[in-house]
Amino acid sequence: MTTPPTGVQTHPDQDPPDIWTLRLYVAGQTPKSITAFGNLKRICEEHLQGRYQIEVIDLLEHPQLARGDQILAIPTLVRRLPEPVRKIIGDLSNTERVLIGLDLLPRASARSTTDVN
Amino acid sequence: MNPEKPPLPKSPTGIQGLDEITGGGLPTGRPTLVCGDAGCGKTLLAMEFLVRGATRFDEPGVFMAFEETGAELAQNVASLGFDLDALIAAGRLVVDYVYIERSEIEETGEFDLEGLFVRLGYAIDSIGARRVVLDTVETLFAGLPNPLILRAELRRLFRWLKERGVTAIITGERGAGSLTRQGLEEYVSDCVIMLDHRVKDLISTRRLRVVKYRGSTHGTNEYPFVIDSDGIAVLPITSLGLGHSASTERVSSGIPRLDAMLAGAGFYRGSSILVSGTAGTGKTSLAGHFAAAACGRGERVLFFAFEESPSQIMRNLGSVGIDLAPWVDKGLLQFQAARPTVAGLEIHLTTMHKAILEFRPRIVIIDPLNSFISGGNEIEVKAMLLRLLDFLKMNQITGFFTNLTAGGSALDHTDAAISSLIDSWLVLLAIESGGERNRAFSILKSRGMAHSNQTREFLLTAQGVELRDVYVGPGGVLTGSARLTQEAQDAAAQLARRHEIARGQRELEHGRATLEAQIAALRTEFAIQEADTLALIERHRAQEAQLEKERADMAASRKADTPDTDGGQP
Repeated sequence: MTTPPTGVQTHPDQDPPDIWTLRLYVAGQTPKSITAFGNLKRICEEHLQGRYQIEVIDLLEHPQLARGDQILAIPTLVRRLPEPVRKIIGDLSNTERVLIGLDLLPRASARSTTDVN
Repeated sequence: MNPEKPPLPKSPTGIQGLDEITGGGLPTGRPTLVCGDAGCGKTLLAMEFLVRGATRFDEPGVFMAFEETGAELAQNVASLGFDLDALIAAGRLVVDYVYIERSEIEETGEFDLEGLFVRLGYAIDSIGARRVVLDTVETLFAGLPNPLILRAELRRLFRWLKERGVTAIITGERGAGSLTRQGLEEYVSDCVIMLDHRVKDLISTRRLRVVKYRGSTHGTNEYPFVIDSDGIAVLPITSLGLGHSASTERVSSGIPRLDAMLAGAGFYRGSSILVSGTAGTGKTSLAGHFAAAACGRGERVLFFAFEESPSQIMRNLGSVGIDLAPWVDKGLLQFQAARPTVAGLEIHLTTMHKAILEFRPRIVIIDPLNSFISGGNEIEVKAMLLRLLDFLKMNQITGFFTNLTAGGSALDHTDAAISSLIDSWLVLLAIESGGERNRAFSILKSRGMAHSNQTREFLLTAQGVELRDVYVGPGGVLTGSARLTQEAQDAAAQLARRHEIARGQRELEHGRATLEAQIAALRTEFAIQEADTLALIERHRAQEAQLEKERADMAASRKADTPDTDGGQP
């Protein structure tokens, strides 16, 4: 697996790596986690079709995993690959922010759009 | 909230002094807020609470660190003698470092802090923790967006901690106008402890105050505390009871004449002795004698010098014939010299405690006691000295202190107003008369013995301290040259008296001799007269006899009629 060059967030047009490994941390089947999973699935289908892998971790079942990935907020989406690791918290209902968080949208332009909004 | 059942259960912190102030520790099963400025010791207090809990009270603990990594924490507290790694390995402690970096987190919608709950819950369950520390939970506000959610979640967190029944410490940085920046005191209201680190007259002091303790009485004062190699110590270190036993053993002052003044045997073992006097009256010399005498008996002496260096003290005492160097070499005498301004009172007190506990002396000398005044106010100094004296007494250590009396102030005035704590109080004073300054010495008090009430002249000679009688004349107490003059006058007068007596005796002798001569002469005279008179009588008697005989012879010759001898006469 190749590590993307540093500063990848400023070059979102560059070829993304083969497989995106995403982890969604939830704590039980709460409305928020169900919403988050739905949103994630939708975004991935739209932008990363066939190139992603989602792992849902229920911390109520695996509480020891919260420490390793530094999880505080629920739900938290962790992009484990491609590196660097990114963290996105919340129910992923703000698609634009999710895309920014995943480096699928340039940060600079995103900032200007949010400013306009 | 549950109705409180008296007495409120408390969890001892194991922190010296804090449990005394709080009457047993922090409220069991409830969160306590520890707040204060940066660098005031919040993290250390919290960590000591956990470490003591794990090691002394069989209560494992979870430390959730938001600011420092586990490795950093372990390193920071290693200097206090806490081995976090060993405790972690033994399953007595969990250190969970919560890493939050705002720039790495994208908020995309609603969230909660269930992850933190799960994490904390797991850590608590993994070792059966009874104690929890969150240090500093306010970091969440900087690391996560949406303060509204955070506030709600924190409120839930503290409630959850109570439900779990763990005794928790939550630390918070002091904010402007409130105890903590994020107003945590609104959520944690059972017990609030405030730490403070302030600098007064260039000397820093740490202080602790129990602001609030719901359902319990507590000390409300500000208590100084120190952080040293044993962790945190909140003063009072010792419980200030009057439970120490009093020894009847006596210790010599090192000056025979002074021992004689102290009912013939010196001070009591374990008593506190104060020597006060103006500058240059020989206080340190008295201390030197006392130290040398103790070392001579094989006792250990700890000498705290706050104004002179050890070598200066030894040189100066050498000039009055007190040689301390051999005792230092033998390890019987130890000097601890420091400027009083080098640290706050508490630091001094704890360093002294440590030095005393390490060296285990029988006698402690502090020279001078009141140099601390420059480093703190009177009340604090008195409180500190009280603790120190108490500590010495409990350990049956004889304390010998000197106190510099400022010129012009009353003799029996001590700056720190500690006279009531002192058992034996010696006063040295300078008497200025006849163009000289001389030293006088007296015992102001000495509890439990019939001490001398006499003033003595105090002489510093090359052989050490000498005490001499003083003369009280019409012009006051005579010392120095005046005393010498008086001594010379006395000697002359005595000589004159002796001469007078001898002369009187001679006169008497002479008188008696004269009288006896006269008596002898009279006797002789009388003897002569007597002899003459007796001879005369003899002669008259002889004549009488002769006449009688002649008359008889005449009659015989006339053949006179014998019977008519008388009748025949006309």
